[in-house]
Amino acid sequence: MNASDKTIVSLTHVAKHFGAVRALDGVDLTVTAGECLGLVGHNGAGKSTLMNVLAGTLSADKGTISVHGHDLSGRYSVSTAGENGIRCVFQELSLCPNLSVAENARIFHPSLTGFGWKRRAGDMIHAKLDEIFPGHGITPDDVVADLSIGKRQMVEIARAFTTTNAPLHLVILDEPTSSLDAVTSGQLLDFVRKVVGSGISCILISHVLGEVLNYADRIVVMKDGLVVASKPGSDFTRDTLVAAMGNVVEVEEIKDHQAFEAKRGQTEIVIEARSDTALDSVPLVAHRGEIIGLAGLASHGQTTMLLKIYDAAMRNKRTPKVDGPVALVAGDRQTDGVFHLWSISRNVGVRSLRRMVKRGLIDPLAEAALGREWQERIKIKTPDMDDNILSLSGGNQQKALFARALASDADIILMDDPMRGVDIGTKLEVYDLIRDEAAQGRTFLWYTTEMDELYNCDHTYVFRDGAIVADLTRDALSEEKILQSSFQESA
Amino acid sequence: MLAKLTSPRFLRAALPAASFTILLLAIFYVQPRAMSYFGMNLMLQYTVPIALATIAQMFIITVNDLDLSIGAFVGLTACIGATLLADTPVLGVLALAACVAAYAAMGALIHWRNLPSIVVTLGMSFVWLGIAVLVLPTPGGTAPGWVKSIMALKVPYVPFPIVAAVVIGCVVHVVLMRSSYGVVLRGAGGNPKAIGRAGWSLLKTKMVMFGAAGFFGVLSGLSLIGLTSAADAHIADRYTLYAIAGVILGGGEFVGGRVSPIGAVIGALTLALTGSFLTFLRISPDWQIGAQGGILILVLALRALINRREG
Repeated sequence: MNASDKTIVSLTHVAKHFGAVRALDGVDLTVTAGECLGLVGHNGAGKSTLMNVLAGTLSADKGTISVHGHDLSGRYSVSTAGENGIRCVFQELSLCPNLSVAENARIFHPSLTGFGWKRRAGDMIHAKLDEIFPGHGITPDDVVADLSIGKRQMVEIARAFTTTNAPLHLVILDEPTSSLDAVTSGQLLDFVRKVVGSGISCILISHVLGEVLNYADRIVVMKDGLVVASKPGSDFTRDTLVAAMGNVVEVEEIKDHQAFEAKRGQTEIVIEARSDTALDSVPLVAHRGEIIGLAGLASHGQTTMLLKIYDAAMRNKRTPKVDGPVALVAGDRQTDGVFHLWSISRNVGVRSLRRMVKRGLIDPLAEAALGREWQERIKIKTPDMDDNILSLSGGNQQKALFARALASDADIILMDDPMRGVDIGTKLEVYDLIRDEAAQGRTFLWYTTEMDELYNCDHTYVFRDGAIVADLTRDALSEEKILQSSFQESA
Repeated sequence: MLAKLTSPRFLRAALPAASFTILLLAIFYVQPRAMSYFGMNLMLQYTVPIALATIAQMFIITVNDLDLSIGAFVGLTACIGATLLADTPVLGVLALAACVAAYAAMGALIHWRNLPSIVVTLGMSFVWLGIAVLVLPTPGGTAPGWVKSIMALKVPYVPFPIVAAVVIGCVVHVVLMRSSYGVVLRGAGGNPKAIGRAGWSLLKTKMVMFGAAGFFGVLSGLSLIGLTSAADAHIADRYTLYAIAGVILGGGEFVGGRVSPIGAVIGALTLALTGSFLTFLRISPDWQIGAQGGILILVLALRALINRREG
């Protein structure tokens, strides 16, 4: 391989417009062999569009794409990307839920045909899963619909690294760790370093800045459809990176909240719940105005607990005790959150319909007013709240879901890891909002897979195998303690 | 072992076969004379065209569409079979091939313009019916001799309709469920976006599925005139709903690419049997369609119960 072959892909002046929105406004990007490129930026900065162009699923309006020195602009498609060894793990999962893991691997490899293809596909994906995520517990015959969202993400990542006859040069990982817990995220990132060492390149898009800072060789910062910085990873610190992304809010604000310390017992108990396992060391208790964190490894009973509480509130059950109306902010927003065919206003207002009824019908003025109010309060970036919800970027869709819960009459807000794939600016805005609302007497139950978010919580309950194993106050909270409780052997 | 046998997935897969068996046993109990080679043959003879139409509908449902024209289409192919195919075989084969091509084109149109399949197929059903009336204005015609002889085939010990059903079910199962391209076709129903992103042509999958549906529609029409030996434009009007019910009875779902060819064939058999069962119970034909609906609701309610356990 000579020096000119070191460049795998180079994009020059790539532009992509969606109507009046300039998603990409002339981007230059090169990826060289054996490099891990970190890509960061706000939601709506154009990262996902850029990756779609690179993966061939969107064609650029302007600019050139060349792979290994060959100019492919104008005839670049998904299959040319595949032939040239460029793969993409998309943020919203691209597995077919009705097919098995092995069959999904087959979809990815046109050459897997003929007698015995199923066994070959199964062996291939299983070996790769073993290599990246030891102890994954997935078999090739599992139907994807039966797997948890974290396991689906593992399958999708492993699939992108499998090879048949086409070479593999570049894997794009768009928010790969958003549904993974700390351990599997670590496994993946270590694997990425190993792969990069063997000459394959990766583009890592993540809102968890620590991941990018620790694992990327070079970091590219995007803002408003442009590349605004491109420097070796070691030249950035967390603060300079945030500054480059153009956030006005300082990261330190997260820690500031620690100054505020509500003492338990000043307000009445609104939730008291136990898991179904009968192994809880403590019950989950929430007082009015508290922010309660649910921690632990992904899918160890946190979502089940939230749904149990939601169910109890909706059907007026005696146990668990829930005092007050509830609203749920979904984590898997495409499946459980947004109504795809509705406008943003309608998506926000659907939890508050009863309030907007006039003579038996929904009052369109009230609905529009509610939409406008929340557009302002929560800063949903859109020219018109009557636009379809899918015209928003992922982070803004999530904001709309928050607005839906906060606009409702609910005293208790349940949050099911709502910040998956949301940029740090949006996160900080939402944290502020949650704190304000809590100060006004709303109670939050917050399942999160991100350690930083737990520092916003008054109390954190750690879950393991469906049971509550620890109750940590904010003073006692530390990453070590959470990991310790998450992994304790129940000997 | 026991845990595997009571798992929702197994129960759901076993439900079509179980409902068929229970219905068959009920028939034998009410009318023991049906329990013979001749009785079974008579009772099940119309299942072959229904099973073929059900498979055609299943292909369409696999890619998240619904075909409301399959009954009229089977009627059209029956009319072509009883006229053109019998009189001028070359012209007849060409006409039937054109029918299959028209189906594939319908799939292409639905994909290309992103149209709701229900609307397109409902409209097309009148086109098929109109052409059928033009081809054969009054009931009549004669089925080609070879079609009749195939349908009159006598197999030792096992009635011919059962053999035919097993063959149809197995062939489609291998092609759709086991082959490597079948995975892509089903995936196009499960998550079309993912299939597109993996570099497959969604237009092609739609055309293949609609074309396959057209082909099985033709087979259904031919097998039908093999039994009746004459045709009529309205001969298969009921098949549209039979086919949808058969797919659903057989464990298929309207969206998400979850279908089962073997289940669909069993579903078609069950539907055909309910008719005989109700006749044996001396329920007047006026009430039969309602009673058939009742049996359908019963089986689907059972499946909903199993699904709830799974969720």
